Amino acid sequence: MAKKLAAVLGTGQTHHRAKRTDVSMPGLLREAIDRAMADAQVGWPDIDAVVLGKAPDLFEGVMMPELFLADALGATGKPLLRVHTAGSVGGSTALVATSLVQAGVHRRVLTVAFEKQSESNAMWALSIMPPFQMPVGAGAGGYFAPHVRSYIRRSGAPEHIGSMVAAKDRRNGALNPFAHLRQHDITVESVQASAMLWDPIRYDETCPSSDGACAMVIGDERAGEAVPGGAAWIHATAMRTEPTTFAGRDQVNPQAGRDAAAALWREAGITDPLSEVDAAEIYVPFSWFEPMWLENLGFTPEGEGWKVTEAGETALGGRLPVNPSGGVLSSNPIGASGMLRFSEAAKQVMGRAGDYQVDGARVALGHAYGGGSQYFAMWVVGSAKPGR
Amino acid sequence: MRDVAVAGFAQAPNVRHTTGTTNGVEMLVPIFAEVLTRTGLSKKDIGFFCSGSSDYLAGRAFSFISAVDAIGAFPPIHESHVEMDAAWALYEAWLKIRTGEVDTALVYGFGKSSAGQLRRVLALQLDPYTVAPLWPDSIGIAGLQARLGLDAGLWTEKDLAEVAARSRADAARNPYAQVSGTVEVSELLTEPYVADPLRAHDIAPVSDGASVVILASADRAKDLVERPAVITGIEHRVDSPVLGARDLTRAPSAENAGKAAETHDVEVAELHAPFTHQELILRTALDLDHRVRINPSGGVLTGNPMFAAGLARIGEAATRIFTGEAHRVLAHATSGPALQQNLVAVLEG
Amino acid sequence: MSTPLSAPLDIGFDYSRSLGPVLGRFATGLREHRIEGVRGSDGRVHVPPVEYDPVTAQPLTDFVPVGDKGVVVSWSWVAAPLEGQPLAHPFAWALIRLDGADTALLHAVDVGTPDAIHTGMRVRVRWAEETVGHIQDIACFVPIDTPATAARPGATGDPVGMMVAPVHLHYQHSASPEESRYLRALAEGRLIGQRCPACDKVYIPPRGACPTDGVPTAEEVELPDTGIVTTFCIVNVPFLGQRIKPPYVAAYILLDGADIAFLHLVLGCDVDRVRMGMRVRAAWKPRDEWWTSLENIDHFEPTGEPDAPFESFAHHL
Repeated sequence: MAKKLAAVLGTGQTHHRAKRTDVSMPGLLREAIDRAMADAQVGWPDIDAVVLGKAPDLFEGVMMPELFLADALGATGKPLLRVHTAGSVGGSTALVATSLVQAGVHRRVLTVAFEKQSESNAMWALSIMPPFQMPVGAGAGGYFAPHVRSYIRRSGAPEHIGSMVAAKDRRNGALNPFAHLRQHDITVESVQASAMLWDPIRYDETCPSSDGACAMVIGDERAGEAVPGGAAWIHATAMRTEPTTFAGRDQVNPQAGRDAAAALWREAGITDPLSEVDAAEIYVPFSWFEPMWLENLGFTPEGEGWKVTEAGETALGGRLPVNPSGGVLSSNPIGASGMLRFSEAAKQVMGRAGDYQVDGARVALGHAYGGGSQYFAMWVVGSAKPGR
Repeated sequence: MRDVAVAGFAQAPNVRHTTGTTNGVEMLVPIFAEVLTRTGLSKKDIGFFCSGSSDYLAGRAFSFISAVDAIGAFPPIHESHVEMDAAWALYEAWLKIRTGEVDTALVYGFGKSSAGQLRRVLALQLDPYTVAPLWPDSIGIAGLQARLGLDAGLWTEKDLAEVAARSRADAARNPYAQVSGTVEVSELLTEPYVADPLRAHDIAPVSDGASVVILASADRAKDLVERPAVITGIEHRVDSPVLGARDLTRAPSAENAGKAAETHDVEVAELHAPFTHQELILRTALDLDHRVRINPSGGVLTGNPMFAAGLARIGEAATRIFTGEAHRVLAHATSGPALQQNLVAVLEG
Repeated sequence: MSTPLSAPLDIGFDYSRSLGPVLGRFATGLREHRIEGVRGSDGRVHVPPVEYDPVTAQPLTDFVPVGDKGVVVSWSWVAAPLEGQPLAHPFAWALIRLDGADTALLHAVDVGTPDAIHTGMRVRVRWAEETVGHIQDIACFVPIDTPATAARPGATGDPVGMMVAPVHLHYQHSASPEESRYLRALAEGRLIGQRCPACDKVYIPPRGACPTDGVPTAEEVELPDTGIVTTFCIVNVPFLGQRIKPPYVAAYILLDGADIAFLHLVLGCDVDRVRMGMRVRAAWKPRDEWWTSLENIDHFEPTGEPDAPFESFAHHL
């Protein structure tokens, strides 16, 4: 393989809120970008290219917003790419930026993802019904809830697992100064007492709707070596896609996710993920997806992900802390949510995760998915160069 | 890093209106079959898929998702999508092959512009605070750009009509073109203005269409096509979005991309210029003199499928190499209002 | 073969945009009939102001008041204005450099005919009747010698932080040829699927491309209006654009003989009684309400037959 080494040099994100009415879209993006560039200790002349990702343009009512944002992104005169792979876009955007370095085209690339959901209404945008269709759709929750029910039936998981994940992620979010929801006093019981929105999914088991952005600077080997305290070295990347629906599709444990994970662990040289990965930032917009993705990613055999959750092993201090940052359940600027997972994984291995730092984290997973559980993007980052 | 080559190209006919869906499936299924047959590949031989399309062109969120059905994407595929012309999807695929991660890629773009009112939809590319709320249409914006050059003496209305006449004449040999035929420049100049200073012939038609390119490592490409078109340079840049703050008679992003891609000595150039004056801007920016054959396909003035047309320029340029007509060619793609963003590729056979 | 079905699809939303400090100050000025630009790193005064410098990408904060008169730098003619544009009668788009500015603002000029405008012409702002802090507070520009109409003075108040940007677009949605056959059959109260020639699976609705094989489904298969619920959720949440009043059961229905389930409603029993594997039958709307839509089936309801065993549909989840 001719791939060159690439590493995360620095990360930044906005304070995520339901409505960031204090800033424009350019201002929102720059809040994340300026933090990432400060964290990476780089200036604008150091940036060779910019890669931007976000979910549907209908959310903000701007067609290809990277065009009007070019000056704010510092991209004018440089290469600028715009990625859109549904909810996984934050992850796949980071992977395109990584490719630019791995292919030896650039030395330092700025990558940024955002969503300013308060400009419109995501439920509206996701439920636009073309003519002739049966209007059954009910946003993302309505889409995923039947598949959660299938998971519960298949795995025999007890009902409180979903509430456990929600309480854990929200408590983690309380440790994260950037999180949208910071609920340090949330409990399994209070989650279970919250309204049932899309039965079997409760209100407290769903992600919020956030305005926010995330940015990273990704650099080559020399740039990575210069990072004080150590860069997050990119050990492996994977992307897989399958159709939204097809006869016999496994919507609980999609093949695309399994294939992506298998390719990822192979490239990273990981044979026992549960033992070898120190922290995981997994895209969990509805709490039940934690056990579902633990299985899909191969951390546990099929049907047993919930047992790891139930045993408390995914909490901070557990065997595999999952979403120590609070995850999507604590902040969900849709287009940026995947990049947040990737950057939070990087922060863990760089030792920059503050109050939710996993002690001694050396290898971490960042994961994103989108569409009808059909787009997957993931990476493994480590505190040491690959193969060391 | 290893070289990458274009090994195959197919396109749907450029037409004013198709009855198909905005997911492009009806246009994509036949051209995927065509390009795979031509290269002797099957779906499972493709290491990476990448596409370019737009939700706003289709009028719905996630419009690109159903397009993967045209591939038959199970078992799962390694795939990505840019909300840009598919020429930039090709750039992403080029990266993947260069890294050695994959050996082959299928790149496609599609657009059904006829589903909406294109010139109005494109207003949503403008600054959403101070410009887009006025709904400046894409033809009006191009008219402002054209007049700046007319006023500055950079081109005349006759120069513009000559571009149109040449394009239409060339398109007569292109079975996929939407507009073609022999026209006299003097006759074109008697036509009324559509958006003074632009006449109908100055403006690319509204087209539905799709295109697909097979990329492969240069070694692999030799097995797929007799004369692969090796990409010796591919670069892209973007300019400031502020229309009133940059010199619209120039395209610095095209100029700089061209310099970086080393465009000297090309014999043929396929330029993505949806307005006649934009071809003239690009010829200057890319330093293309009279020895360079411009748009033998007829260019996008004779068929402009949004989000596929830039990729089709790369396919058309590569075809000149496949057929042995040329040895060194240039392909260009643009995106955004008034040539804001530009990509330049140089291919060699 | 008949042409595929198509129908209008209108997409409209009034976006609410927060402006931040720079654009907010510009909007506040417009409301008060003042125009402010911002000085860039190269000394140029940008009007409209930009938040970040095009050359250095640094934030810009040096505000400069400019005039409401300026010069036409370029123009193009709009013979037939489009929905949402500043004027309903023919007008010119123009790039206008205001006195004191170095960059040009894009706006409309109201001059009646294209003969009445030229590059270099002096123009001035015509303020809107009411100003709210929006680019449309500038109704348009007019030739500088146009007699002033008695516009109201600008409005004052708290600084402007938000603007509304209505985006209303009109599309023609088309169904695929395969889906159109299915929809036309629905109008006759029939359910037809198609079999993929490659994998033999029966799809309803039929597909322009089988998702696993990439070829159109072909052989027509008439399906009964009975089947099972594979999985479902109970929608309790109201949302914008919702057409059914919650609570309701959204369920995947697998028709007998089909290889893929579709989403529909299950009514006719308490929501708590709906089960995975439950046998259901279509409850059709009255025949005179039928059209080319799955909406002709009002909902599915239990048949009372024994549930399908889990193993029989586990591979459809």
